[in-house]
Parts: sequence; structure tokens; C-alpha cells
Amino acid sequence: MEVKLIAFGIAKDIMKGTTTGFFIDTPASILDLKNALTNKYPEFNKLQSLKFAINEDYQNDDYLLHEGDEVVIIPPVSGG
Amino acid sequence: MIDIQLSEHPLAEKACYDAVSDPSAGGMVVFVGTVRNQTKGKKVVRLEFESFVPMAKKEMLKIAEYVSHQWDTLHVSIHHRVGSLEVGEVPVIIAVSAPHRKAAFEACQYAIDTLKETVPIWKKEIFEDGEVWVAAHP
Repeated sequence: MEVKLIAFGIAKDIMKGTTTGFFIDTPASILDLKNALTNKYPEFNKLQSLKFAINEDYQNDDYLLHEGDEVVIIPPVSGG
Repeated sequence: MIDIQLSEHPLAEKACYDAVSDPSAGGMVVFVGTVRNQTKGKKVVRLEFESFVPMAKKEMLKIAEYVSHQWDTLHVSIHHRVGSLEVGEVPVIIAVSAPHRKAAFEACQYAIDTLKETVPIWKKEIFEDGEVWVAAHP
């Protein structure tokens, strides 16, 4: 299936773009996506943390992805 | 009352102060974050903030709601700025009013600490010879 990835901060630099389609075998959880992503972009392994959001909420590793999901990649935040 | 703002325009301390003012308050605590001129001895030229806006507002609201329930507060105001900020400018203001000062201090401290951990806002430090996303790497 294909999900849409939306990147911010350093994730945008690592993926060289803000949005990208990403194919992953079904069924896939957030953890599977994380593994596939760090496989393709090893720079993600060097980050302090890597989180994901769907529908504007953080999602746990076991969240199951659906075709067409918009997944926001949240590298370490640094507001304030 | 809860007041949340995420803005591209300069923040106003007075707006947050006014948002939490209340005759039944015994005090208000206003935290004002400012852009520091150096990091580990390197001169900072400016900071660039970006945000996943709808989620950032949602997370800021969650923090304000949490502190309102957790402490005996009256009003909470959280304003954050995005875009390019010069040294001395203000990226964040948090104001909390409460009948008694202890709750206002504690709630305000919790709010800024949590904002830095959960709200999807990212800042890049621009130095004279390069740039770095803050807190990205261990």
C-alpha cells in the first residue's frame, strides 16, 4: 500500500522534500514504517527521537496504517 | 479561560497578561522566552521556527487544559511564534493566573517544560558559518 509522508524540521532535510508517497507491505504498523524509513534513510537512526502523527495526534508503534494515510514525521521538537 | 495562539507576527506580552488578568487572582506568572545570542560560545545570528500548525495548536491546548485541571488556576495563555527571529525577540509567552502564587508558578513551569517536549515546533539556529536543527541529535 501507499501512504503519504509529510516531513518537518530535520526530517525534511533528510528526505529532501516536504511530502512523498511511500510504499510499504501490508499489514504495516508505525513501527514497520519506522524500520522501513530508517532503512531507506539511515540518517533517521542518528536522531534523538523519531515519532509519528496521524490525524494531528501522536500514534504508538503498534498503530496499523491504512492505504492513503497521511503520516507526519515528527523529529525531536524544539519549540520555546 | 484558555487562550492559545500560534503566530507569524511578533508576540505581545500585554495580550497574554490581559488574557489571564482576573479580579479573583492573587497573582500571575508570565514566562517570556527570548532568543539567546550564543550557543556553546558560537554566535547565533537568528533562529528559524517552523511548525505543524494544526497539531501544534492542539498540543498547546492539551497542555493548557492539563494544567487547568492539575492546579488551581484561573486562566492560561500560551502564545508561540513561528518564522525568522532575531536575537532578543520573543518566541514564546506563557501566562498563568491563580488565586495563589504557588499554583501559578508550578503550572507555568510545567507548561513551558512540556511545550518543549511535545509541541511540534522546530527551531534551526543560524550561525555565521552554518546552521543546525536544535535538539535533533543526542
